[in-house]
Amino acid sequence: MPTTTPSPAVSPADLARLTEHWAEPPSLRAWFSTVDHKRIGRRYLVTAGFFFALAGLSALAMRTQLARPEAGVVSPQEYNQLFTMHGTAMIFLFATPMLFGFGNFLVPLMIGSRDMAFPRLNAFGYWVFLFAGLFMWSSLPFGAAPNNGWFAYAPLTGEQNTPGLHMDVYALGLLFLGISTTAGAINFIVTALKLRAPGMSLNRVPLFVWAIVATAFMVIFALPALNLDNAMLFLDRRFDTHFFDPSAGGNVLLWQHLFWIFGHPDVYIIVMPALGIVSAVLPAFTRRGVVGYPLVVLAIVAIAIISFGVWVHHMFATGLPQLSYSFFSAASTIITIPSGLQIFAWLATMLLGRLVLKVPLLFVIGFIVTFVLGGFTGTMFALTAFDQQVTDSYFVVAHFHYVLIGGAVFPMLAGIYYWLPKITGRMYGERLGRWAFWLIFTGMHVTFFPMHLYGLFGMPRRVYTYRSEPGWDGWNLVSTVGSYLLAVGLLLVLVGVVHAVRRGKPAPPDPWSGDSLEWSTQSPPEPYNFPVLPRVHSLHPTWDERTAESTGPGASADRVLSEGRRTLLTSELDAHRERAVEMPESSLQPLLLAGALLLFFTSMLLAWYPVAAVAVLVVVVTIAVWLWPPRRPDRELGVTA
Amino acid sequence: METTADLTVSAVRDTRRRGRSRRSLPIALFGLLLLAGCAGDSPSALNPAGTGSARVAGLWWLLFWISMAVFVEVMALLIWALVFRRGTARVRHGQPLRFVTIAGAGLPLVILVAVYGVGLRDLAALGDGPGPEAPTVEVTGHKWWWEVRYPGASGATANEIHIPVGEQVRVRLRTADVLHSFWVPQLMPKTDLIAGETRETWLRAERAGSYRGQCAEYCGTQHAHMAFLVVAQPRADYDAWLARLDAPAREPGTDAERRGRQAFVQGTCSACHAVRGTGAEGRVGPDLSNVGSRWSIGAGAVPNDAGHLGGWIANSQTAKPGNAMPPQPIDAARLPDLIAYLRSLE
Repeated sequence: MPTTTPSPAVSPADLARLTEHWAEPPSLRAWFSTVDHKRIGRRYLVTAGFFFALAGLSALAMRTQLARPEAGVVSPQEYNQLFTMHGTAMIFLFATPMLFGFGNFLVPLMIGSRDMAFPRLNAFGYWVFLFAGLFMWSSLPFGAAPNNGWFAYAPLTGEQNTPGLHMDVYALGLLFLGISTTAGAINFIVTALKLRAPGMSLNRVPLFVWAIVATAFMVIFALPALNLDNAMLFLDRRFDTHFFDPSAGGNVLLWQHLFWIFGHPDVYIIVMPALGIVSAVLPAFTRRGVVGYPLVVLAIVAIAIISFGVWVHHMFATGLPQLSYSFFSAASTIITIPSGLQIFAWLATMLLGRLVLKVPLLFVIGFIVTFVLGGFTGTMFALTAFDQQVTDSYFVVAHFHYVLIGGAVFPMLAGIYYWLPKITGRMYGERLGRWAFWLIFTGMHVTFFPMHLYGLFGMPRRVYTYRSEPGWDGWNLVSTVGSYLLAVGLLLVLVGVVHAVRRGKPAPPDPWSGDSLEWSTQSPPEPYNFPVLPRVHSLHPTWDERTAESTGPGASADRVLSEGRRTLLTSELDAHRERAVEMPESSLQPLLLAGALLLFFTSMLLAWYPVAAVAVLVVVVTIAVWLWPPRRPDRELGVTA
Repeated sequence: METTADLTVSAVRDTRRRGRSRRSLPIALFGLLLLAGCAGDSPSALNPAGTGSARVAGLWWLLFWISMAVFVEVMALLIWALVFRRGTARVRHGQPLRFVTIAGAGLPLVILVAVYGVGLRDLAALGDGPGPEAPTVEVTGHKWWWEVRYPGASGATANEIHIPVGEQVRVRLRTADVLHSFWVPQLMPKTDLIAGETRETWLRAERAGSYRGQCAEYCGTQHAHMAFLVVAQPRADYDAWLARLDAPAREPGTDAERRGRQAFVQGTCSACHAVRGTGAEGRVGPDLSNVGSRWSIGAGAVPNDAGHLGGWIANSQTAKPGNAMPPQPIDAARLPDLIAYLRSLE
């Protein structure tokens, strides 16, 4: 394997210039104004981790309440807020932002760029995510948190059935957050299409990047349905419209259709980047590339498309016509095939490679075992007759925790251990990591496997308590014990990360001999990522001598670009060099705009409409200032190159 | 129960032993699920007593065995890799696309098409409702109880549905407020109650008995306490029960019961509750004409006995916080009479 020290091709003078243009002085202002994708990515990871902890603690409170029948640990009102915030936060404030955090940190590094395409939009996306998350969670201490479940079915969500701020927080919070997710998605798409290093044609794009881009496209198409739904919900609640009011000609199933047109793709929006992590981790720990790259890409694209045609399987019990059920049942059955294809591509990779059984690979193996089981029950749900029996029971709770913990959290944990050296510059402790894995794996199955059973035994989901007669108590106790094991395991992950950051051994640039470009940078990477942008010659650039040579002695000087804050634009398909482009510098505008939006949503929530009007004004002015063309000579804008 | 719990623990303990442990997992899973079929008193979908659920249980076992077979296949490959592809194993750089395509897409496609066919057949069977002459029950979901009426019978009952055994019974579902879902795991899969619309499902119990049902769509604070009972009985018993539902409620037999009826009719009770033939015609809460014979109070919240009934009348918010019935400022001396009267209503 080629070694990866700072490129000798770059003169000390160039390095100094690069540092001057890209480095941010450690100041308070810089902390708030940074546009560095690596800092933003880290913040996404930490913030999403924080919301994960809150949502996880909510789950522990719920499991404690359900340990015994008719327990009084929390009141029904509290329980209903807890399960709603658990689901809403896990889906919206943890899963997607966590994966966006990985994407933010890794996509520019993996494609050989110096930043995301729109660095300020990126910073803006983070601040909006942070504020929207705090906006939603801060309702909990006031007893005003959303309380109708994460899919919030009408007409329970109407003002008449749920008075108070609960569902206003939900509708406004998700609309607010949607701005961040949309901005992030656009940024990923443009970054991956325009900023790839020269030579990284589409057939050399890492699978993780493919997954992120497909996910971003899904976000762009799926999220408007959710935003529309929440806008109508807020109008119904606050301004007496009747979109979901059947007594005035509205329709309650309209909510469900729009919600699941978003909601089912969203399952893949969560799982797909996580599967991308699996594809990224495997090569380093099997010592070969993932088998069947074109098949895996095909699977990713197929899932992204088919996932828009399966939403009615969430509505199999609503009494729609059987003919439509048979179509959606077919689509829901078919969508398992691309997932199966990926599973066997990974298995084949492991069967042909040489396994290096470190913590990231343990989590990948845990992922395969768990995700496959979740996939079986998923296929079962595609069959309408069976779905009608077990939907809205604990069986479905078991199913989607197998899919989401198995399919998203395990890969994320693999990713955390895998990229920790790159992100923090420190190595984690292998022993502690193994303990964490076994506790999490065991805890996960002890918690959720019994849910299949008591779901089949007739226990509905979303109940704050149950009586002992139906015989569900023993199993519930097992689940609760498991949830504590799981929590201890996750706590060990946190301990491991904190320990690594404080006392870990300094990480070399490429501790695993990884295959993708992030391993050819320093750990952690320099502010400009690459002293000289690589020229990519294969799918596994770090394993490939010619790509390594492209940053070595004799590297072409036109990929150093040290005369400004610059990176390269390339063509969408073949990544032919187009021109150098000047990247924006740090700015407080993203924070200001996000703050103004927070003011707007807060004042809408509290019905301070004049304040909301002022906030709109601030938003408009900030955007105008932000987008005003800079007064700089053409040469500095990089137009000449 | 205990043995199954032990099994889970041992299955889990096994998975912690690396490598060979995974071989024992499917066996343990299988044991668990065998026991699942006979899970005591649970309203278990795997212990069906109705035509609909029996069909779905059959579908479940088909899916279960297919899943097991594929799981064993995947685990075998994974274990193979873990055992033979470590240490000094030589990395092979081939691209076995044929293997991936056949194992990951081809075989699954064949299996899925077959399974989809079976699923369609079962869906059609569930959709094969009763003819126009079949008995009909009209069920209305309320937050958080079930109103049950029979066309032709003047009375209503709550949280208890009687059906003749061995006959297909039409169930017409409406909701008075938010969405609910009608689920009797042992008899029939779910049908949602949709605001502004009427849905239909059916029940057919193959053997006499009582089958627990519960609301399965989250419907607010007391979604947890919205259970009901389906009582499948021989045709003659059913007819007799239905005749009583059409007749006035039972007359009080003792002085205490008479005083209780007076308290009921003249007090606040009758504002929300009805008892046929007494002039109490409230429609906010359940009709209480046969409350003494029901299986529970508060849609499964507490057992139906004198103590719980008294507690419920005094303050039902303790047993079922958030329900529509406010605490009743009832004279402690009157309460025993009221309890006696209500318990006499069979």
